[in-house]
Amino acid sequence: MKAKVTVTLREGILDTQGKAVEHALHSIGFTGVKNVRIGKHIEMDIDSADAAAVQRQADDICRKLLSNPVMEDFRVTVEEGK
Amino acid sequence: MKNPKIGVVLFPGANCERDTIHAASLLPGAAVRHIWHKDASVGDIDVVFLPGGFSYGDALRCGAIARFSPVMGSVAEFAEKGGIVIGICNGFQVLTECHLLPGALLMNESRKFICKNIHVRVERNDIPATRALKKGDVLKLPIAHGEGRYYASTETIQSLEANGQVVVRYCDENGNITPEANPNGALNNIAGICNGRGNVFGLMPHPERASEPILGNTDGWGILKSLLT
Repeated sequence: MKAKVTVTLREGILDTQGKAVEHALHSIGFTGVKNVRIGKHIEMDIDSADAAAVQRQADDICRKLLSNPVMEDFRVTVEEGK
Repeated sequence: MKNPKIGVVLFPGANCERDTIHAASLLPGAAVRHIWHKDASVGDIDVVFLPGGFSYGDALRCGAIARFSPVMGSVAEFAEKGGIVIGICNGFQVLTECHLLPGALLMNESRKFICKNIHVRVERNDIPATRALKKGDVLKLPIAHGEGRYYASTETIQSLEANGQVVVRYCDENGNITPEANPNGALNNIAGICNGRGNVFGLMPHPERASEPILGNTDGWGILKSLLT
């Protein structure tokens, strides 16, 4: 199964890249855009047919390596197939 | 300490290990060697340096992969027993990733990689890495980082301040702690912190790049020299 992970800076932490992109969007006319946050997207194939087990393992991977809980949050979605 | 045995951990992607070995070798009586990141143990050693650079190409996050290098288990045990561990720049990032020090280093507020001399004020001189200095000393030191903005939760910052764990703070040349003197947006102008016992110390500036007259700056020498006291 495939686990898709999104890691973003925690709310309240200044996201300097997000700010730069937000300013750029305003300057090209998208003036209503706010709170741009930039994160990382990570995909993994995990060898199991059990969606719940894949979710647990992906959560564990996120806590141990893919995210740093001091500054980041993560979200995992699990999909069928490769 | 006399004749300290000093080890500098080599991670793939580090680029300050030779400077650190060289600068530490200037200490009279010091025996300096490198420690390979795949070594199972730091061996018989008094001081471990985690040098600056870009371990594992900064993949994922600065220091995130180096944290799991085989030798890091031994570094943690060494620190637990009271051994002196000093992380410089990327080494500081590794120390926060492996929780030997609290907090994290985020992308500079300006989004720029900053390579220049800054000033820091010595906030305490009772840890192994600052004993040869005086409280309030202002050091001119080079920084070279893209991710040096020290961040921690409000509770952690309060506890660091209450316990006096901020060792060096960005300041102007007269020692004033001002927002203008803060190069990267670090909370409370924090440039370097230690753990509760003071034996683990991480800092973003590079004392090893400012430790001999030929480099035009010897302000970093006081930190290295402190290891002999």
